[in-house]
Amino acid sequence: MSSNSNLTSMKRTVEQLKLEASVDRIKVSQAAADLQQYCLQNASKDALLVGVPAGSNPFREPRSCALL
Amino acid sequence: MGEMEQLRKEAESLKDEITAARKAVQDLTLQDHVAGTAVVGRVQLKIRKTLRGHLAKIYALHWGTDSKLCVSASQDGKLIVWDSCTTNKVHAIPLKSSWVMTCSYAPSGNMVACGGLDNMCSIYNLKGKDGNVKVMHELAAHTGYLSCCRFLNDNEIITSSGDCTCVLWDIETGSQKTVFAGHLGDCMSLAVAPDFNTFISGACDYTAKLWDIRDGQCRQTFGGHESDINAIGFFPNGNAVITGSDDASCKLYDLRSDQELITYQDSSIMCGVTSIAPSFSGRLILAGYDDFNCNIWDSLKAERVGVLSGHDNRVSCIGVTPDGMACCTGSWDSFLKIWN
Repeated sequence: MSSNSNLTSMKRTVEQLKLEASVDRIKVSQAAADLQQYCLQNASKDALLVGVPAGSNPFREPRSCALL
Repeated sequence: MGEMEQLRKEAESLKDEITAARKAVQDLTLQDHVAGTAVVGRVQLKIRKTLRGHLAKIYALHWGTDSKLCVSASQDGKLIVWDSCTTNKVHAIPLKSSWVMTCSYAPSGNMVACGGLDNMCSIYNLKGKDGNVKVMHELAAHTGYLSCCRFLNDNEIITSSGDCTCVLWDIETGSQKTVFAGHLGDCMSLAVAPDFNTFISGACDYTAKLWDIRDGQCRQTFGGHESDINAIGFFPNGNAVITGSDDASCKLYDLRSDQELITYQDSSIMCGVTSIAPSFSGRLILAGYDDFNCNIWDSLKAERVGVLSGHDNRVSCIGVTPDGMACCTGSWDSFLKIWN
């Protein structure tokens, strides 16, 4: 019966929502701080952010890169 | 029906509970927190290589873990594995079906996978004994197109499909280990967490879902987009998710505070986002758009800090090398470009 399957489906939706409602949440201030911290800590290794010296850029001639 | 009405009320009340719980931890916004931080300087990347060889629209690309080889898929019916430094084609693999929409490089470098309107995920062995690349497995069970696939290892791959589900496959046996059901629209994209315990999916129901790979549960659902989510990725530390949508915006959702923290949009941008990738530190978000460009966003300040213009048609895919050295854009103009 289609009304039974609608019921089953609705029950599943409610169970899923209960699960999602019960998740532990940290404060946004903490989350924001951690995101910023990660960016700062890894900034120096981020080639697209800080640039690559021409000599050590594997995509620039005349250097060729070795396939390990 | 009394019970149905009761369940509906319960669902609505739970949704309100979630909204309230998210608000309750919002002691500060991300914008407040970074108010004292400067926007990064203008990012100007140059095209270092152009990979030429596809004869039709490129739909997908994926970097290998060595940050040198990458695989691309085009509707010319080919998967090409490129050495991005030399621009040589290491493999040119003819596909049974040319309607390919996604490709993936296994972390080991031993295999690649692809799929599309054939509803299947085909696995190719790159390291066959006689040197020929052959189809090793065809994973068939989806009842809709294959939009994305990502290897966990040489024997497990996760796929997302137009049939609204994602599936974890055992490649050897070709069986579905887990079906991740819950999205109410076509699943368009997926990304695996850096720790391989969870993955996220973006769909045409405008939501992104976080899934536990081992127990199959959807742990969290993120809304807010006003149209299909076409692209999704993890922030490098695995604690946040970035999405790109047809609503012309990108968003960052934090997993531990269970909410959207920031939206990347500009009134001058009116076309859909097709692809998205974070830079190595996560400070930059690169997003490909329907208007042939790729915009670079300061992820913390939500300001546009650069543009990659070099394609003559839609940018359909983008990827940053695992070592962060370069990014690659793939386009409907049939070319791939490497930038840094």
